[in-house]
Parts: sequence; C-alpha cells; structure tokens
Amino acid sequence: MIPELGHYALVLALGLGLIQSVVPVIGARRHDAALMGLASSTALAQFAFVGLSFVALAACYVTSDFSVMTVFENSNSQMPLIYKISSVWGNHEGSMLLWVLILSLFGALVAAFGNNIPATLKANVLAVQSWIASTFYLFILLTSNPFLRLAQAPFEGRDLNPILQDPGLAVHPPLLYLGYVGFSMAFSFAIAALIEGRIDAAWARWVRPWTLVAWMCLTLGIAGGSYWAYYTLGWGGFWFWDPVENASLMPWLAGTALLHSAVVMEKRNALKVWTILLAILTFSLSLIGTFLVRSGVLTSVHSFANDPRRGVFILGILIMFIGGGLSLFAWRAPVLKQGGLFAPISREGALVFNNLFLTTACLTVLTGTLYPIALEALTGAKISVGGPFFNLTFGPLFLALMFAMPFGPLLAWKRGDLYGATQRLMAAFGIGLLAIGLSFAIEGRTSVLAPFGVGLAFFVMTGAVIDLVERTGLFRLPLAAVASRALGLPRSAWGTAVAHFGIALTLLGIIGAAAWGTEKIVAVKPGETLSLSGYELAFNGLKREPGPNYTAVAADFTVREGGSVIGVMQPSKRSFSAREQTTNEAALMMRGASQLYLSLGDDEPGGGIAIRLYYKPLVLLIWAGGIIMMLGGALSLSDRRLRVGAPRPAAKPALAPAE
Amino acid sequence: MRRLALIAVLAALALPAFAVTPEEMLKDPGLEARARVISQELRCMVCQNQSIDDSEAPLAHDLRVLVRQRLEQGDTNRQVLDYIVARYGDFVLLKPPFQLDTLLLWGLPPAALLLGAGALVIAARKRRAVEATPPALSEAEQQRLAALMEK
Repeated sequence: MIPELGHYALVLALGLGLIQSVVPVIGARRHDAALMGLASSTALAQFAFVGLSFVALAACYVTSDFSVMTVFENSNSQMPLIYKISSVWGNHEGSMLLWVLILSLFGALVAAFGNNIPATLKANVLAVQSWIASTFYLFILLTSNPFLRLAQAPFEGRDLNPILQDPGLAVHPPLLYLGYVGFSMAFSFAIAALIEGRIDAAWARWVRPWTLVAWMCLTLGIAGGSYWAYYTLGWGGFWFWDPVENASLMPWLAGTALLHSAVVMEKRNALKVWTILLAILTFSLSLIGTFLVRSGVLTSVHSFANDPRRGVFILGILIMFIGGGLSLFAWRAPVLKQGGLFAPISREGALVFNNLFLTTACLTVLTGTLYPIALEALTGAKISVGGPFFNLTFGPLFLALMFAMPFGPLLAWKRGDLYGATQRLMAAFGIGLLAIGLSFAIEGRTSVLAPFGVGLAFFVMTGAVIDLVERTGLFRLPLAAVASRALGLPRSAWGTAVAHFGIALTLLGIIGAAAWGTEKIVAVKPGETLSLSGYELAFNGLKREPGPNYTAVAADFTVREGGSVIGVMQPSKRSFSAREQTTNEAALMMRGASQLYLSLGDDEPGGGIAIRLYYKPLVLLIWAGGIIMMLGGALSLSDRRLRVGAPRPAAKPALAPAE
Repeated sequence: MRRLALIAVLAALALPAFAVTPEEMLKDPGLEARARVISQELRCMVCQNQSIDDSEAPLAHDLRVLVRQRLEQGDTNRQVLDYIVARYGDFVLLKPPFQLDTLLLWGLPPAALLLGAGALVIAARKRRAVEATPPALSEAEQQRLAALMEK
C-alpha cells in the first residue's frame, strides 16, 4: 500500500508540474495575477507530493519491505537504521527521487520566500523550474520507477554495497544534489529573463542568493566526497580526476564564475549577456554530469548502446534543456542592453579575468572528460585521459588564477590602479617569498615546484588579510574607528576575503600532502615496530570484532613520538557476508593539520599482515579550506542587500492616526 | 552521488588484494621510487581511470611487476613507458600522447584561453574608441550651439 501511495503521489506531482509549466507563463503574458499566483500554490503542492513520495520510499526501506524491488536490491534487514535510510539514495532510482525532491524544494522556497521578486518574473521562473521538474518526474516514472513491486517478496534483501555503508553516504549525495539542482534556479532565472527580454542589476541580486546556496552546498559536497574517498579507498588519495568527480567539478567551476560575474552585473550593470550565458551553462553542466553518471556512457560506449532506454531519455533531456536554453539565448540575448563601461585594469577587469580562466579551466575538464568517449565513438580509437593530463593543463590555469586573486579586491571599480594594488600587496609578496625560502630550508630540494606553490598559497592568504586590513583601516586609524568600519563593512566583502583565504588553504593542503607525504608499505608481524617521519608504530596484534552485518579484523598499533605514547591506531577490514565483499577501514590520527594514515592489506604467508602507512603533512587543510570557502559563501549570503533583496524605498514612517 | 558511483565501481573491482604490495616492491629505493612515478602514468586497463599504482586489479599487479622488471634490466623511464605502450597501445597512458587524433584535446584549452583573451582585448579597444570619441554634434545641436555662442 505504501509504495503505491508513493508512486501515486509522484504521478500527482507530475500533473501539478504540467499545470505549473503552462499556466503561469500565460498569466505572465496577460498580466493576470490569478494565473501567475497559481504557480506558488502548485510549487508548494509539488513539494508536498514529492516529499510524500520520498517519505513513502524511505518507509519501505526502514521497514525492510523487500516486496519493493529497489529495497530488495539495496537493503538488508540487519543494517543499522542510518544506512537503511541513506540507502534510499544509494541507487539509481532512489537518487533520482532525491534529485526531484530537492528540485521541488527549491521551487517551494521561491514560492514561499520570493515575495520581493516581481510577479511576472516569479511566475516565469516557477514555470521554467516546473519544465525541468516535469521532465524528471517523467524520467523516473517511465524508466526508473523506485516503487516497482516483486511478484514474490524475498525474505532478505541483497544488502547495500558495503563500501556505501558509511556516514559519507548520508551526507555527500544530498549536499551534492543541493548544489547541482540549486543551479537550476540560476537557469530558471536566466530563461525567465530571456522570455521577458528584460534584465537589470536587480535580477542579479535575486539570482545571487540562490546561486550562493547552491555553490556552498556543492563546495561542501565535493569536499566531503573527497574526504570520504580519502579514508575509504585505503591509499589516501583525495582527488582522482575521475569522470564522475569531474562531473561535479565542472558545475562548481562554472558556478564560481557565475557568482563572480553576477557581482559585476549587480554593481555595474555590465556583463549581462555573459552572466545569462553562464547561468545556462552552469546548469547544463549539472545535467551533463547527471547524464555522464546515469547513462552508463562512462564505463563504455557499448554499455550505453546495450541499455539505451535511460541513456537516450537523459540525452533527450540534455538536448531539450541545453539546446533549447542556448537557442533561446542566441535568439533573445541581442535584446538585452549592455551597460557599464570599464577600463581593462579595474575590479570588473579582474572579474573578467577570473571568468576567462575559470571557464577555460572548466572547458579543459570537459574536454578531458568527454574526449575519450567522443574519440571512441567516432574512430574506435581508445585513449585514456587521467591525472597527469589534468595536472599539466588544469594546474597552470588554476595557479594563474590564484596569483591574480589578491589583486582583484584591491582594484577599484571602473578604473583601477594596478601599481597601487601591487604596492599594497608588498607584505603579501614578502610573506610569500619568506614561505618559499622556509619551505626550501625545511624540506630541502625534494620537490622543486612545491615551495613555490606554498609561497603562492601564503601570498593569497596574506592578500585576503590585507584586503580586510585596507578596508577596515587597521594600523592606520584608531581602534574604535576600525571596529566601526569592520562592522559597517558589507558582509560580502568579508565573504570574499574568507573564501579566498579558504581556497589558498586548500592549495596548501594539496601541496603538502602530494609533495612531502611519506609512506611505508610493508608486511608486519605482532611485536614489530615501524617508523615513519618521526613516528613509531608498534604492532600489538590482530583481533576479530563482530559488527551488525559484518565481521571485522582489527589491528592494534601503539603510536609513539619521541619515545612517549601519543595514542593507538586500529585499522580494520570488514567482511560483509551478504555480498561477500570486504571494505577497508583506515585508521587516521590527527597531528595538527597533518595526519597519520594506516590501512590494512592482505595476510602475508609468513603470518604477518601487509599494511600501508602514510604521513600526510597538512592534508586536513584540503577540506578545511573547502569548509572555509563555504563559510565565506555563508557570510556573503548574510549580506544585508541580499537579505532585503532589491533596493526599495525606505520604509515610510507609520501613517498618522486617522482623525 | 557522483563520487558514490566512483566508489561503487572501485568497490566492484576491489578484490581482496592491495595496490602496491610489499613483495612487489624493489629492494633499491631509487628504482622503486622511479617505478612508483611510472606507475602513476599508466592506466589500469580494466578499471575506470585508475592508475596501476592505485589499482587493486590483478592486471595492474602484472603491469607493476613488468615495470619493475624492466627497470631492473636497466631501462630508462622513457624506455619502460615505450615498452608498455608498444604492447598495450596508447590506452595505457593516462596522459595521452600529442598526435593527430589528440590535437583537439591538447589544443582546445589553450586555444579557448587565447581566443577569449583576444576577444576581450578587441572588445576593450572598441569600448575605448567609443569612449574617446564622443559622437559628433548633430545639425540641430550645431545650430543651438551657434545660437548660444551669439548671445
């Protein structure tokens, strides 16, 4: 009964979605407030019905109703409750339902909180949002129904893929989807603006908070996924340039560019056409990501051809939204008026530089990801594009962008003073050079490039601090004045500095872990001691530990530094009986921002066990930087002008009481 | 979800084995370090975009051993790579060679950067030209100016 209820609720959501796709557009054309207002009600109702559908599916998982096929295939009655819930989206069907749930959530948020958006724009935005939603409802109902029943219900489920039985699954996909789907808001606003043929600085102000929220979630989602892979896969890698990762990186790069160009549009009324294009492209890349992962085209061109039902449907969605969006853009963009002149050396110029490099970096990732697929489909030749390619192509673009980063906020709008900005960055240059020198002094010439990377990271971090020092007048003005200026400074200025600081931290972490990490891959026997980078690990032995739906073998190591015990590390391997799989639970020990990483391998013939021990200097900064970037976004989001929306006349004093 | 798919794929491939295992490693730390560098350039053919250094598949193990054998026989890094490419084709290289059918792959990003920069420079020049030369006065304006000057 419950699965049918969920299925039916989704059908109802589709019905509402189709109404919302058409009626508000007509209302906006006729300026009919009733027809336009319908969109808000249907958006809220859609969210309610999709929510009901999702809750119904979750109920099937929680109660282990194995008569539902997806539950049978991806769950098990012995699993802990948290994994029963998170396995709802640990498979294709459920994850698509999560996708539309988040989409309808964003629609409902616009309906509920978008009161300051002009009525026609709001109606069109909600209609476009509903085009996307309806298409994906159809996709789920026709090709990926999560509520399909089995004729005979099995007694036990096949279990969730053991490697997904991790808290990471509870957090990472929802965050990533909030990011991807959140960019649909930017898309809907862009399409609505093109339909209306009118766009101004206020438009940028309405779009920015939604884009910021999506960007924050995506940042956190990517960072979280990276950390999850880091501790799960057993060898301490944090980024693999894998197509599925690239699929999340591309919208992030385009979305970051969009955030920056929207600033120019809002402040200076320039770059309008470009901003609209970026909004369309960012969501297009989210859709391409969905297509890449969901259609099976990545594993092989042939697996796509073998089961083309889903793949072709998604390809159709891609063509419809990307092709349609870009065609509408080509047709209507000339209508939009350009404004706001600026000199090449100016804040606008710096943001254009940012956009040029971010979009080129994004194009590099896109080319590298799709090229092997395209080449194989066209010529049959098979090539691989992996880490070494991206390090060589993406790396320089990113480093150039980082170098330019501190200059941007120090340049004035319209016409900036590059010489002046350079002078103000002198301290940053000094600290950067100092960092290079110190890196060489401490680490020697183990890596020639890494110290320069460290210097760059410190240059950017100091640059971010200088930006705040300049704006608050610290060291120049009396403290009271500094405090009042700091309070009066727009939160978005704080957000910029914090986010720029964060990306520099991430760079520092990447360099530390990649260039100066040490490792030891050996077989150990109980009683033996290993040493690495000043740490000594004594192996005390193995023990068996039963888990809820697995049995684990855990090793026990005592860790010493300078002779004194600083803790124990207990890496383990878990064997899951339902799927006859093992997973690797690495043991991590924090040492400041650095980490000791220990994971177990096979039993060795001589009675010992293979282990991999890594010392990863500064590795935590990679993800700390991501969190700080996200916090920068949150600060920016709390900016007063975004909260209150478009400029409005000051509130009138209360009317005098009537006589 | 993206990463999840990656992890699922890796998990499906995960046999109870390890990436580099202790018995594979060479005694000579210099040679072993070179072997690790080379391994990171080579793709595990049965995995999704993993290098043989990270992969747990048996085929990756075979390739790792092969790389080390060649190194022990005195090959340079380049020779080892050439040897493996000769047997397995360009597909094993994670950094594709620069040749005719990868021209677009290598060329597109720098071309996009240059074209974008070029377009921006031209646009900036145009704008400056527009700013520098205000439009000439129309006939009506000329007459009004003349009238004002006479006053």
